[in-house]
Amino acid sequence: MSEPREKDEHTGTETTGHEWDGIKELDTPLPRWWLWIFYATIVWAIGYWILMPAWPGLHGYTHGLLHNSARAQVVQDLKALAAQRGAAGAKLQSATLEQIEADPKLQAYALEEGQSIFGDNCATCHGQSGTGGKGYPNLRDDVWLWGGSLEQIAQTIRFGVRSGDPNARNSIMPAFGRDAVLPASQIDDLTEYVVALSHRKADAAAVARAAPIFQANCGVCHGPDGKGNQAFGAPNLTDADWLYGGDRASIHDQIWNGHGGVMPAWGHRFDDATIKALAVYIHVKSGGGQ
Amino acid sequence: MATVIDTLHADRRTRGSSEGEPPPSGPQPLYKKRTPIYPKLVHGRWRSIKWLVLVATLAVYYLLPWVRWDRGPSAPNQAVLVDLDHGRFYFFFIELWPQEVYFFTGLLVVAALALFLVSALFGRLWCGYACPQTVWTDLYILTERLFEGDRNARMRLDGAAWSLNKLWRKGGKHAVWLLIAVLTGGAWVFYFHDAPTLMGQLFVGEAPWGVYLWIGILTFTTYALAGGMREQVCTFMCPWPRIQGAMIDHHSLQVTYRADRGEARAPHKKGASWEGRGDCIDCDQCVVVCPMGIDIRNGAQLECINCGLCIDACNEVMDKVGRPRGLIAYDSDAAVSARTRGEKPLYKPVRSRTIYYAAALAIVGAVMLAGLLTRSSVALDVIRDRSPTFVRLASGDIRNGYTLKLMNHSDALATYRIGFTGPPGARLRGVGVDNVGGDLQVRVDPDGQAAMQVFVTAPDDPSRPLSAPASFKVTSAASAVETKTVFLSGDQGQ
Repeated sequence: MSEPREKDEHTGTETTGHEWDGIKELDTPLPRWWLWIFYATIVWAIGYWILMPAWPGLHGYTHGLLHNSARAQVVQDLKALAAQRGAAGAKLQSATLEQIEADPKLQAYALEEGQSIFGDNCATCHGQSGTGGKGYPNLRDDVWLWGGSLEQIAQTIRFGVRSGDPNARNSIMPAFGRDAVLPASQIDDLTEYVVALSHRKADAAAVARAAPIFQANCGVCHGPDGKGNQAFGAPNLTDADWLYGGDRASIHDQIWNGHGGVMPAWGHRFDDATIKALAVYIHVKSGGGQ
Repeated sequence: MATVIDTLHADRRTRGSSEGEPPPSGPQPLYKKRTPIYPKLVHGRWRSIKWLVLVATLAVYYLLPWVRWDRGPSAPNQAVLVDLDHGRFYFFFIELWPQEVYFFTGLLVVAALALFLVSALFGRLWCGYACPQTVWTDLYILTERLFEGDRNARMRLDGAAWSLNKLWRKGGKHAVWLLIAVLTGGAWVFYFHDAPTLMGQLFVGEAPWGVYLWIGILTFTTYALAGGMREQVCTFMCPWPRIQGAMIDHHSLQVTYRADRGEARAPHKKGASWEGRGDCIDCDQCVVVCPMGIDIRNGAQLECINCGLCIDACNEVMDKVGRPRGLIAYDSDAAVSARTRGEKPLYKPVRSRTIYYAAALAIVGAVMLAGLLTRSSVALDVIRDRSPTFVRLASGDIRNGYTLKLMNHSDALATYRIGFTGPPGARLRGVGVDNVGGDLQVRVDPDGQAAMQVFVTAPDDPSRPLSAPASFKVTSAASAVETKTVFLSGDQGQ
């Protein structure tokens, strides 16, 4: 600095030369130990480079003397979690589904575990809230394709739907139009008939024409009254719940193409306790069968 | 505060405050070397009060964890305990759960407001008497004095070459400092564990490793801050000195050099006349006793912790030279200004600032007290299922899900009935919960909690608002509590 800086009259300290509305900024010297702390952080950083993973190289990176690895830490944490779950997990294994649900502590444990398993595996199709979407059943209401009891839910999770597992739940809705099983005019009439089944206004003449066709082709699975059959996973056609949409176009599309979704057999991936936790979670969250 | 200094002391601020500092020459250095401070022992009223506060606060700190308080078989019998493992805080008859963290928030607000009020009325009394930094520094200076003697002896010792004498005095001092530091950390951990049990574990080396870590951390901070850093903590690290400037005004009582009486200052020979001069004999006793190393005659300043030791020192000198005491005293800048103008000083403890602080303190304190006194032995948290917000059943009915968390704060097993009030026709059901006449019945362990998934189903009623008011009510033989929520039957804005 060529010119001596201005000194503040009161404190004897130099000013920075900055001034706002007559208020001048003092350039008070920092205490010297402050500087030492700065040097100490530099020494710390060097120690850190030596002990911890730090510098990238052409082939990997420096691992540090402590061989710290976040990945190894995660593996260790997972092991600790498994050990921690051991006791409660064993209880899930031995108790029946009904016992788990009736015991408040075991139920709370199953809900916690079930929620995280559901979020990681089931939410992709059924949604984070379990309310599903077109083609993916809503698991929060009281409408069930394959049955909503604890055992039925566990069975569906374990073996899946059209999953290829020998015990999977299997049923096929024929593609009446695409495979030319029925002529197009009859499919139009059937659409009106299904609309009428769910208590909506429909073309009376078409409904009358379709009645024998429905009994001959659909009644086997959906029942003569259209109320469905959980043994075949055949949906109830008289309620307000539609897996593939309830408007005329959607109903027509379903009769023509015969969509059927696939759910994996989770028994190949999860142990029994996990499947039980998941079944209890879904059952409780859908109202507990009430 | 700055304006006060300007009007009163502008003429003297240019004088260097620290003794022995050479007049600055050349460009100002970027970093300032620390000026060592050797506070001299002083006797008097404020020093005695400071000793009393020191003994009282240290006694509370070290002994409190050992006080027992019977809470029955289901809870610990330590009067003050932060039980991190079980998420409980015990303070004599009060037991707080993590859900009641707002009581701690309230306590911090009360503490802050009390500090505001005290600062506005009496200046930085907290800093001067009760702050742990002040108390432990005082204790460390006491130790230093025991080994190295008073101010002059300490200065001589520091200047002397290393000898056996210097070695044992310095070594002994640091050994006792470390011992105090270890005991400080040692007392801290007792607040988080059962003290007698932990004491036994500590000595056989079986205490949790975290305990040893905390003792280590507090040993280091106590030794470093009270032994090494001392006044540097207050001046450079603590934000409070800066904040307090906003609390203090012309009418706050602070340690004040009564310039109206002291000036013009000059050395005084025994028997000489006091005519035409001030009472300050420029003996610098106020400076040598100051633990912050400042000259109070420069007026109110950032470094002053308002401890009053310079008052004691000056009073001693005034007694000796036969002048009235109180040349330095707890006084206000307004009073000094008034006397300088020849007016009668006016003290205004009641002013808008103190009224606001006191009112805020009273309101928050009253709310806290009311909260504590009306605290029920049962608490109910209602967490609405947000995803999905509602479900339409095959029958057309609307169903809402809730997770209920029921907390039994009492030390006895209790049976609770949970009822629901909401839209007409609403039915309450729990999963895995007993149902008695439309209500749920739950048993909760003493000092325990229960979580349950419940559902409320109501007929679809288009005339009902999409969000209808509802509430859950918990009743037991001893208590009742109601928690409000809503029943949703549609999404707003759809």
